[in-house]
Amino acid sequence: MELFTNQVLAGIATGAIYACMALAVVMIYQAIDHLNFAQGEMAMFSTFIAWQLMQWGLGFWPAFLLTLAISFAGGIIIERALFKPLTNAPVLVHVAGFIALFAILNSVAGLTWDFTIKQFPSPFGSSGFLGSQLISTHQAGMIGVVLVLLLLLFAFFRFTRVGLAMRAAASLPESARLVGINTSWMIALGWGMASAIGAIGGMLIAPVVFLEPNMMGGVLLYGFAAAVLGGLTSPFGAVVGGFLVGVFENLVGTYIPGVGNELKLPIALALIIVVLVIKPSGLFGRKIVQRV
Amino acid sequence: MSTMLTIKDLRAYYGQVQALHGLEFSLNEGSVTTLLGANGAGKTTTLRAICNMIRSTGNIEFEGKPLTGMSTENVVRLGIAHVPQGRGTFTNMTVEENLQLGAISRKDVKNIPDDIERMYAHFPVLKQRHTQQAGTLSGGEQQMLAVARALMLRPRLMLLDEPSFGLAPLIVRDLFGILAKINREDRVTILVVEQNAQLALELAETAYVIETGRIVMSGTAKEIADNEDIRKSYLGY
Repeated sequence: MELFTNQVLAGIATGAIYACMALAVVMIYQAIDHLNFAQGEMAMFSTFIAWQLMQWGLGFWPAFLLTLAISFAGGIIIERALFKPLTNAPVLVHVAGFIALFAILNSVAGLTWDFTIKQFPSPFGSSGFLGSQLISTHQAGMIGVVLVLLLLLFAFFRFTRVGLAMRAAASLPESARLVGINTSWMIALGWGMASAIGAIGGMLIAPVVFLEPNMMGGVLLYGFAAAVLGGLTSPFGAVVGGFLVGVFENLVGTYIPGVGNELKLPIALALIIVVLVIKPSGLFGRKIVQRV
Repeated sequence: MSTMLTIKDLRAYYGQVQALHGLEFSLNEGSVTTLLGANGAGKTTTLRAICNMIRSTGNIEFEGKPLTGMSTENVVRLGIAHVPQGRGTFTNMTVEENLQLGAISRKDVKNIPDDIERMYAHFPVLKQRHTQQAGTLSGGEQQMLAVARALMLRPRLMLLDEPSFGLAPLIVRDLFGILAKINREDRVTILVVEQNAQLALELAETAYVIETGRIVMSGTAKEIADNEDIRKSYLGY
């Protein structure tokens, strides 16, 4: 029983990171209808920036906040420079763009900070949370930070004018322009926010998986699985999907003989396929109630 | 009475197909003008061209300011509200959020709640349904919402594309009554495109008849309504 509880809690903790990545993916998908394959590399790059800032003597939280600001600006710059010119381009051109971005970020990170594994500090430490052996303080911290993030995002989209404008631009761009919303900038803003959300995921998972240019590959795959499971059109679904995938991955790895750590990743892929076959819109995909 | 909108030599294109062939007309401030014509004559295209939603050439001036090359959102921000065909309702948002969106480009944020209340006074049914998803409203209610959303901009000019489309006659009466009231009380200039010519001519002072992308007739609404030939050949009643 203790093993079970332990695995579920650990799953929720890593699930929080998958939720972050899924949320970032969904935000960009909502804005431009494409999956950002480079989301993980953007998060990795942000994490390196945080690491560099800490090497230069900043404390964890100042570096954390500064990294968020830099990532936000970076996301906007990537959109303006690379993806805005591709607005009306076909899908494959976008895919090529994402792969290019992936390769560039990965290589530049390797060139700048090399490919050796680096320690990334946790602000929460790694002792048992509240003296229990079930979950570490870092895992509890991961869950806590992500929950705060979700609350802030919810409040932003629900209660602010910019949030409302972003939702409008994502759901009906033409109508949004007709009420005076600059939809092009709303997309850029979405990129900035996705980039910052990804950065949070990267900085929280880095103490667990260690910092190196390929650290986000597996994480993003689980993020995609989470986004597909929750429904690509639903930010809420992405978050639930993230937690579910985290728990599912751990339980399968623990209880199904032969899976272990090595075969966990194919489980994510299998999950994507199963969801796409059985319920393509995901658990919370958009169901529009409409009367004509 | 001063001229608010002047359109000269307007040509518009859908891909290679030219839809407007040198359209010219103007609107007076505070007036209600209607653009009449058969299906495919270019009425909707004209409204879309004013807001730069399609490729066009020619001169459009709003209060002396050329709109050429301006983005749709910036045209709207000058005070031109466009109620599109199909209403453009944000169906997955609440009625109140739709009204908020109408005012999203305004800087005077603190006046917005009052304006929402004013809209509820104009359209009591929207108040009853203000927390409901807009997609669950009936067609008539959605049209009311679309007009209310446009008014939340505090527009100087309102463009209405077939507001009567798909609505029951009684509801259409209501809606046109409210439009007349808005024109009178709030001094909003209105340009309305209609297939229901009889109704539009009752509301409007000036009318233009458009055929295959050209203005073929203009006059006061009464002149147009009384002219048997125009009525038979263009308006079909």
